[in-house]
Amino acid sequence: MQRRGLLAGAAAFLAAGCSKVAESSPGRSLFETAGRWHRGAQRVFGDALVTEYAKADISPFFRGNGSTGVDTPEYAAHQAAGFADWRLEVTGLVDTPLSFSLDNIRKLPQRTQITRHDCVEGWSAIGQWTGPQLATILKGAGLKPEARYIVFRCADTLSGARYYESIDLDDAFHPQTIIAHSLNGEPLPVINGAPLRLRVERQLGYKHAKYLTGIEAVASFADIAGGKGGYWEDRSDYQWYAGI
Amino acid sequence: MKRHALSTRLWHWVNLVCVVILFMSGLNISNAHPRLYWGKWGFDAADAWLIVPRFPEWSTIPGYYSLAGARDWHTLMVWPFALGLLMMWIAMLANRHFKRDLMTTREEWRWSAIRRDIAKHLRLDFHHEGSKLNFLQKLTYGLVLGVILPGMIVTGMGISPGMEPYLAPLIELVGGRQSMRSLHFICAWALFGFFVLHVVLVLLSHPLKQMRAMITGGRENAA
Repeated sequence: MQRRGLLAGAAAFLAAGCSKVAESSPGRSLFETAGRWHRGAQRVFGDALVTEYAKADISPFFRGNGSTGVDTPEYAAHQAAGFADWRLEVTGLVDTPLSFSLDNIRKLPQRTQITRHDCVEGWSAIGQWTGPQLATILKGAGLKPEARYIVFRCADTLSGARYYESIDLDDAFHPQTIIAHSLNGEPLPVINGAPLRLRVERQLGYKHAKYLTGIEAVASFADIAGGKGGYWEDRSDYQWYAGI
Repeated sequence: MKRHALSTRLWHWVNLVCVVILFMSGLNISNAHPRLYWGKWGFDAADAWLIVPRFPEWSTIPGYYSLAGARDWHTLMVWPFALGLLMMWIAMLANRHFKRDLMTTREEWRWSAIRRDIAKHLRLDFHHEGSKLNFLQKLTYGLVLGVILPGMIVTGMGISPGMEPYLAPLIELVGGRQSMRSLHFICAWALFGFFVLHVVLVLLSHPLKQMRAMITGGRENAA
């Protein structure tokens, strides 16, 4: 009993010490450096594709997590109208700002992929996604040379803050990064981000922004919301690079 | 003649720090979704082969629930852990520590010899002639250095979506990402089991001499 108390005491001391280090600014910059090392190490081999599965591997249900809907009258109206008037705006550091209807999105060259979704919490689900490659849309708008990140604007709010995410150009131009409008051959269900969501397959679930309303090319995300590049990054210090 | 090379001692303590922080931050990560599955996918309690108990805050890093904070520690410490193990293997092969002290011989695999070794251990008799380590020690250290520690790294990378394109055949070999994740937990608990056994056996066999040997190196025929 005494030894157990001693062990628990030592563990608690270590846990508290680590919490202090993590809150310090040298601690933070150390973690960010480690994140950059992981990103660099994972990009050594370039644009390799993640596994695409067979139809038989699709999970019976695709769990919705985080936002599972958008609680506004506007969204309810869009949903009732089958998202016929939903727009996806392409803005920021582009030569030609664009505005897509859902119909325009469906008329672009399409990619269909059966991929695995890995939530940061640890669970996984497999689904078939269809939509245009983000690269097609970005090439259509023409990125200015200063553009370094792509920011995704969303219709949903969580705990009072608007959801958003950002990725770098490596991930934005990856062949499997698509703007999906279909899951398993059907229009996206509301819990999975209807009518449009991002699929960025080499990263964890929270990067895959749902209920997309806008794509914005930026040089930095320092001035956007909390400045850390995404909703969970701002709110709970989630890692901006979510490939680990 | 020194009993433990400087590289062995240095790695031993660096590795201890890494493993303890990785394990405790891992418990915090486990609390985020405490269910384990086999196969390519899994999210439902009904599909889980194990529902893991929730780990108390004193046992986790940080000392409160923070998935982001725990992942920061986990992905930071994996660098000294993995590079340290790589360097230890290079050193062990270069200074012949592996061949001399850890590689088992054919005679040691005879059942009568193994039985005698187990019986001696159960009597807490740790004397052995000739080589530095006896058969059970060689087998255990060999498994830890050659299977469990590298296994932690490989299964950890197998869970990472950014590494998936490069490790896909390996992930499929074990049955999928959720199997990799389960194996990561199993390796971690095997390592915890080794840690407990290792500390208990050090305490049972001249703990001060053993500790001194792992810090200063110690001398052969010293006591």
